[in-house]
Amino acid sequence: MIPPLPGPAHAATPSPATRRAPGPAPGTSSDPPVGNDCCRLGVLRKGQRAVVTGLDDSAVATPLPPGELERRMIEMGLIEGARVEILHEGFPGADPLAVRINDHTLALRRAEAHAVLVTLG
Amino acid sequence: MSDTVLSTLAFTGVPPRIALVGNPNCGKTALFNALTGARQKVANYPGVTVERKIGEFLSPAGTRVQLVDLPGTYSLRARSPDEEVTRDVVLGRFQHEAPPDVMVCVADATNLRLHLRLVLELKKLGRPIILALNMMDVAEARGCRVDAAALSAALGVPVVPTVAIKRTGVVGLLDQIDRSMIAMTATLPPSPGTSSCGWSEPSALDLRAYHQEVETILAAALRDAGRPSLATRRIDAALLHPAIGLPFLFLVLFLMFQAVFAWAAVPMDMIDKGLGWIQAVAGAVLPDGLLKSLLTDGIIAGVGSVVIFLPQILVLFFFILMLESTGYMARAAFLLDRLMGGVGLHGRAFIPLLSSFACAVPGIMAARTIENRADRLATIMIAPLMTCSARLPVYTLIIAAFVPDRTVAGGMIGLQGLVMFTLYAAGILSALAAAFVLKRTIFKGAREPLLMELPSYRLPSPRDILLGLLERARIFLARAGTVIFSIMILLWFLGSFPAAPDGATGPAIDYSFAGMLGHALAPLLAPIGFTWQIAIALVPGMAAREVAVAALGTVYALSETGDALSGSLAGVLAADWSLPTALSLLAWFVFAPQCVSTLSVVKRETNSWFWMLVMIVYMTALAYGAAFVTFHLSSALLGG
Repeated sequence: MIPPLPGPAHAATPSPATRRAPGPAPGTSSDPPVGNDCCRLGVLRKGQRAVVTGLDDSAVATPLPPGELERRMIEMGLIEGARVEILHEGFPGADPLAVRINDHTLALRRAEAHAVLVTLG
Repeated sequence: MSDTVLSTLAFTGVPPRIALVGNPNCGKTALFNALTGARQKVANYPGVTVERKIGEFLSPAGTRVQLVDLPGTYSLRARSPDEEVTRDVVLGRFQHEAPPDVMVCVADATNLRLHLRLVLELKKLGRPIILALNMMDVAEARGCRVDAAALSAALGVPVVPTVAIKRTGVVGLLDQIDRSMIAMTATLPPSPGTSSCGWSEPSALDLRAYHQEVETILAAALRDAGRPSLATRRIDAALLHPAIGLPFLFLVLFLMFQAVFAWAAVPMDMIDKGLGWIQAVAGAVLPDGLLKSLLTDGIIAGVGSVVIFLPQILVLFFFILMLESTGYMARAAFLLDRLMGGVGLHGRAFIPLLSSFACAVPGIMAARTIENRADRLATIMIAPLMTCSARLPVYTLIIAAFVPDRTVAGGMIGLQGLVMFTLYAAGILSALAAAFVLKRTIFKGAREPLLMELPSYRLPSPRDILLGLLERARIFLARAGTVIFSIMILLWFLGSFPAAPDGATGPAIDYSFAGMLGHALAPLLAPIGFTWQIAIALVPGMAAREVAVAALGTVYALSETGDALSGSLAGVLAADWSLPTALSLLAWFVFAPQCVSTLSVVKRETNSWFWMLVMIVYMTALAYGAAFVTFHLSSALLGG
């Protein structure tokens, strides 16, 4: 199940604090370009907050069977409506991410965080 | 009525079984310890390598209850061998093991949004469930107020608030267990296996529906969501800082290593002396002959050579348990994920690899936490390349014999220490290289995603650490007493039969099967510079690397033992071997699969002879290659 992308209103006006994420990590180079980069969790930087609007793992390279990454993410609390905040970034390459999700903190890599659609705020 | 039901329960002979289920980091093990105390044992589930932790307690109504601690999981859709066990036990899919009569679901009260989903999934199975609302103290401290009665009404299962590490709420939980067992026997005719058919893997849609339900329940039961742990956030701001995080981690690891060697030195020395004393007493009391030789040289020396590592393993596990129970272990995996990823390994692989510096056996066992099979196998395959403490006696002996005790770099660095460091570095670098190659050949494929909870920091309870250490000691000693014991007897047999003929001039081992094997191997090992004495010593050295030192002593017909042996043996070796031979032997020991215990644990953990054979072949090839290059290169350089 792929929920619709969030409206372009959010996408077109990222907050001034938004910086571009560093180029894709070596493992993610196979990711096809995504329509609206600022709306994926994987491009957020430390300190940014967002709300999850949907999951789309079609563009993420993974050894898992189709749909499995989405289910695992839901099990870890990444679900529509969840409030997220990037708490910490790893080193080097600002990867992986430590993301606050409602009441708990999850570590995940940017490559997979690209499967999480968000709106800032 | 309750009395009659309970006595019927008691009369069936089989104690009622209760399973503890819950997410990782929910305090499940602490609750298990609070309920059972030291009355617990660890075995393996048949056919799989997952540990089965079982304890017993007496309920307030006087029923003997068996408690199973199931591996933590976020979902019944299992991802790792550990989680598969949880699923199969809960669903009653294990042969010869009925599903639990009652499930105690443990949930972190500060993190209900995540933990209640599993409760809903378990509830669907239709078995009696009790929800233990754990870590209530932390929840209250953070201003999080849960209405247990409302939660129970909304969920439709009994809810008991607990603080497992302080053993608060245990009485309430025990009472509820009694009530649930009574209700169970009163309403449910025992029909094992029926409800397991009702379970099917939830789809993404089902999972979203569960989350919706959780939100509805929380709206009714959560009076105040509370604040997230500010302390955890502040600590993480420092410990996960790009500039501070890794240096701090390496400092922790450095201290850990220092402790493994420094703290364990005294007890190891005591074990060594104790064994020597037992050997001496046995030697004095028993008449000369086979029995004496079997007991002193075979059993006491053999098993002793393994038991002596118990202090190091306990110190190591003390640190691992501390790192795990404080919550730092997940941070370490976070910090190392990118670096380990460079060679294709999972961040979690660092724990098994770290443990392997003490001994590859617990290291390989620790690889169980890695979900993906290919990642897990790759980690197991490279773990023995980490320099385990059993290599130390061999390194020390050869270094003492061949490396002059002087300083280099203007007196700053000892040459012997430098060589030792090089050997460690060679192990680490070759492990990384091996992982790099393995992940690009046999274990190809994208990396398993990292989706790892970073739990709030917590002060560990000394009692839980102590119980964890006792469990490790028991497992290790049980291994030393069974598998390793039998292998030692086999190797003693090889080294003692047939006996030397009358009037023999050489040492007895020369005439034994081990000696024959050594002589047969000698031509094969000649190209890497090994003498026939080394070839013979390598055969009993299969038991454990450091046994090779004792075997060398035997071959060179020395009668001293312990330090005296090392001292005089070093002198003999320095006179008998060329420097290239010594360097070649060092290179051999960096790589050689010289330890049957490791091989047997690989067989057990991978559940296949194939991977064990792969390990023997690839490590032997590496060892031979490295020794060959070392021998010929150093011969050429030294003009020998």
